[in-house]
Amino acid sequence: MTTKNSDILEQIKTAALVGRGGAGFPVYMKWKRMKEVENKKKYVVCNASEGEPDVKKDHYLLDHYPETVVKGMVIALDFLGQKEAYFNINAHYFAEFEEKLKKAIEPYEKKGYIFHFFIEKPSYIGGDSGAILNAIEGKRTQPRAKHPSPSILGIFGNPTLVHNVETLYNIARVAEGSFSNTRLYTIGGKVKNPGVFELPDTFTVEEVLRKTNNYSSFPFFAQVGGGASGVVINEEQMKTDTAFGCASIQVYDSETTTRELLLQWFKFYERESCGKCTPCREGTYQLYEMIKKTETIPWKNILAIVDVLKTTTFCALGSSLPIPVESYIKNILKVDRDTLIN
Amino acid sequence: MQKSVTIFINDTPLVCLENESVLKVAIDNKIEIPHFCYHEDLDIEANCRTCLVQNAETKKITTSCDLRAKEGLKVVTKSPILEKLRKKNMELLLLNHTKGCPKCAKGYFCKVKEKIEEFKLDTLQYKKIKTDYPVHKLGTAAELDPNICISCNNCVKICEKIGIHFLHLEGQGAHSHIEHSQDPLVDCVYCGQCTAHCPVGAAREQSHLQKVEEVLKDKTKTVIVQMAPSVRASIGEEFGGKPGQDVTGQMYTALRLLGFDKIFDVNMGADITTTVEAEELIDRIKNKGVLPMFTSCCPAWVKFVEFYHPEFIPNLTTSRSPQIHSGTAYKTWWAEKEKIDPKKIVIVSIMPCTSKKYEASHEKFKVNGMDPVDYVLTTRETAVLLKKNNIDPLKLSPSKVDHFGEYSGAAAIYGASGGVMESALRTAVKLATGDDLKKLEFEGVRGMKGIKKTTVKIGLLNLKIAVVSTPKNARVILGELKKDPKAYDYVEFMACPGGCIGGGGQPIPTTDRIVKERIAGLYSIDTHMKMRQAHENPVVKDFFEYVKKLPHEKQHELLHTSYSKRNKFE
Repeated sequence: MTTKNSDILEQIKTAALVGRGGAGFPVYMKWKRMKEVENKKKYVVCNASEGEPDVKKDHYLLDHYPETVVKGMVIALDFLGQKEAYFNINAHYFAEFEEKLKKAIEPYEKKGYIFHFFIEKPSYIGGDSGAILNAIEGKRTQPRAKHPSPSILGIFGNPTLVHNVETLYNIARVAEGSFSNTRLYTIGGKVKNPGVFELPDTFTVEEVLRKTNNYSSFPFFAQVGGGASGVVINEEQMKTDTAFGCASIQVYDSETTTRELLLQWFKFYERESCGKCTPCREGTYQLYEMIKKTETIPWKNILAIVDVLKTTTFCALGSSLPIPVESYIKNILKVDRDTLIN
Repeated sequence: MQKSVTIFINDTPLVCLENESVLKVAIDNKIEIPHFCYHEDLDIEANCRTCLVQNAETKKITTSCDLRAKEGLKVVTKSPILEKLRKKNMELLLLNHTKGCPKCAKGYFCKVKEKIEEFKLDTLQYKKIKTDYPVHKLGTAAELDPNICISCNNCVKICEKIGIHFLHLEGQGAHSHIEHSQDPLVDCVYCGQCTAHCPVGAAREQSHLQKVEEVLKDKTKTVIVQMAPSVRASIGEEFGGKPGQDVTGQMYTALRLLGFDKIFDVNMGADITTTVEAEELIDRIKNKGVLPMFTSCCPAWVKFVEFYHPEFIPNLTTSRSPQIHSGTAYKTWWAEKEKIDPKKIVIVSIMPCTSKKYEASHEKFKVNGMDPVDYVLTTRETAVLLKKNNIDPLKLSPSKVDHFGEYSGAAAIYGASGGVMESALRTAVKLATGDDLKKLEFEGVRGMKGIKKTTVKIGLLNLKIAVVSTPKNARVILGELKKDPKAYDYVEFMACPGGCIGGGGQPIPTTDRIVKERIAGLYSIDTHMKMRQAHENPVVKDFFEYVKKLPHEKQHELLHTSYSKRNKFE
């Protein structure tokens, strides 16, 4: 390992960088593993899928800081002694930022770096690291088994470092010495001042909303960490909770009905399920069908499916549906499930 | 060497290999865990989510197929929460299986129906999404029903594994279903491996069962049944028997109980094929005909050549296949002998195969305007027929084949990859040299390997031989022949892994391990027979005497066939 290489790894470790795709895995550990695996060919992938609803941070970064994101990719390539990287990019984003990104990669291409654009049909599962590898290899866009991880067996069997746009942006900032433990919050829903804001990652949800002039005067609750898989919390919890996952904060008026919320979530999951495993493929469709035409919520049947999704799905997409449903029941409806069922 | 470890399933200590699939360990030890998508020869997909187990210590619930055995691992297969989740997933998985499944609707034996009953699954509570996809016919052999497909991907993988790539899953989420290739350069060869790997009958044979049931009731017809070599070493599995268990005699009794008028055997046809093919081989060698000669008794292999490699058509032996040979013999020679109007004879073949249905439907085989074989039942269909009539062959006393179905041991081994070659070689040596073989076994052509190569001495000739199974391996050999047309003199090709014994019509599951045991059963039948060479078969000799007296053209019509280039879906 060259001095320069050990420097960047040490810097990342000190900065305690974690992945910003939502899972929050320490970047340092991913890099260490990628470095240790012996393989001539290794890839870096910039994951610009951003399939989670109500999240716009990657969009924001590609719009305003494409050079920094590309720089993050190059730092990772240099660390691994590699030259070849992929963008896994949502087709809408590609249409919007093609020019900016191509300009950002141009100086590096002259130095021999190779960037591929894998233009992804916008989807939720398309952002899953295993699904990205399958899609790039020309297979069905479906998740892979957790083990071996992409950093061991990635694109065409080569170790592959998959990072979210924001993670790569942070890597570049760490290298520049300008990283200050901030993160990007996407604020939306029933607020005065929606948008993407960079603020300290230690802020509570309430602090973020107040600081950005988005704290409502009417009673509200929020879904935090993704419009599909995010946790639903009440105003009380916002005083202590920091943002989870990909740090979106979607504000809902307390008047919002249970049915409206369930319909929105179930419809999303039904549409986005890749079809690989039974509970997600069939279960999400049944959930949506169950409440599509009815005013009363068939909780017993819903929760029976929520239970199999929670425990038995193949990947984290299906098992994330219970997160909003269960947190909404607990934090907003404030009832236990037995009461709902009976 | 892989390390041995001890794991505990429901407190029972089990020794297995480290990292082995826990589901496989359970299956090997006869511990029941419901499962649908798992197949031990295919990559683990872990998508049906029914093989759930619970870690006895952490209480974590996981699928057992992709759970790896580690020293001291303790899992349970039953607990209230586990059973609740498993039942829900089974209901969701099989929700398209209440109505619309022709097998269930007709009350046929069906593994899905069994599971629905066993686990008291309520699949009616759900909305069905897939209801009106057309059923796609794979020639006249098999069919794909997307409406009851559970997207397990097994058919896709086996089709890729054997080298055809005709199938894929299409549609997202609940719309996901099986589809076939629209690529004009890719076609199904009707081998039916998809049907043998489908856990729910969404890929299935085109059923001849009802027609056979009808004809069995028709007293104006003489109904002949003939069983293929492979069936006797596999159908026992459907009744709880061991793979490879020889149930020949018990099957004859069972078929008599079903009401068949004559119990003959495709093995008799195999002895005809062997003799015709051996004569042709000697002729091609002596008279500088096209070499290498290829076998042609596998209709899926023939379809492969006719569609993908018509340039090799001249290499195919023109000999008819066993079921067509015996069918031809019974509707001509035997009918005359017995003074039966051949138009009143119905011949039913029991085959380990779906492509034999396709073969039986060929116009080109017609003799005096009649199909040599009227209906073909797969091994699975035959098991259904027996079960419907409450006949368990394993519980019956064996009986003998009717005289005109007698056969040699060389016919019995036809079911195994290399068996056709070995049978033909035994007879070719005799025909070419007049000598009797001291050792009948040709070990070099036996075994499960997809490509086997050897050299065999016939008199002064050194014959270069290859035995190949699966189209994928066939491409390798055809590739070699394009480079060096003299690389081989005689090649046996079969579409299915292991030969007919691993055929598309065989019991489910069919795995490499099971196929090996079935093959051992076939060779054991041969070893125990007195008559082990086709040319020794007196029934066949009698038939040839009859043929020899016919005009030359007629002789050719009864014994030989021809091939032509085929288009997609032909």
